Amino acid sequence: MTIEDIILYLFIGSSVAAVLVMILNRNIFYAALGLLVCLISLSGIYALLQAEFLAVTQLLIYAGGVLVLIIFGIMLTNRISGKSLQTDSHNSFMGIVFSSVFFGVISYSFFNTELSAVDKNLNTVNHMTTVGKELMSTYVAPFEVSGVLLLVCLIGAALTASSFKKNLNG
Amino acid sequence: MAKIDLLFYLGAFLFCSGLLIVFTKKNAIMILLGIELMLNAANLNLVLFNSQKTGLEGQLFALFVIIVAVCEAAVGIAIILKTYHYYHTSVPDQISELKEKP
Repeated sequence: MTIEDIILYLFIGSSVAAVLVMILNRNIFYAALGLLVCLISLSGIYALLQAEFLAVTQLLIYAGGVLVLIIFGIMLTNRISGKSLQTDSHNSFMGIVFSSVFFGVISYSFFNTELSAVDKNLNTVNHMTTVGKELMSTYVAPFEVSGVLLLVCLIGAALTASSFKKNLNG
Repeated sequence: MAKIDLLFYLGAFLFCSGLLIVFTKKNAIMILLGIELMLNAANLNLVLFNSQKTGLEGQLFALFVIIVAVCEAAVGIAIILKTYHYYHTSVPDQISELKEKP
């Protein structure tokens, strides 16, 4: 067992623990912090799978952007002093049954497939430069479309969340 | 068990946990967190399958999935904020009227 394996198992364990905190805890703020830990662990797993660009992107966008946005949302939509930061749960039995059955089906199909036949590291080239070149040559159309999508969602989110009272028809 | 298999099981676990959170939690922000978790599980699977071959299609697809997830989170939080200002609750079950009360 090399040091990389130990770090990988550490990341897997921390992400599973964070997800369990998200499920079992009733506080929304703790759930958001659990999601943060889970995302950082996933970023570490990406780095160990030699997807460095994706790891850095995950760390910057998810841990730095989305989680801050969600924590702002929690702060703005819940009264901090009261008990409203707690969330109740419903449909617990059916939810547990459905997700357990789904997990069982996926695990069964993994178990019956020889996925680890090529369990070796094929990618040893420098990925940062390759990702940049691919992004600017082969995948330039979805890149540009995603820029337009980001602009549209920026304007839409700002207009939706803004609080000016004027009606559209008057 | 090889470590790549363990990572596949981790992806399945993350997806099913996101599904469980979306099913069971009442608050709208918790539902959004569950959706983020499911998108991350899909990303983990994409990166895993990409690590089994040469080429970068999986990583780049995961990158675009992250971009779309960011858009979804921003618009979702904006809608939740607007709904909270209007109805003073962020629990979707308690919102039963489309129009303002007279």
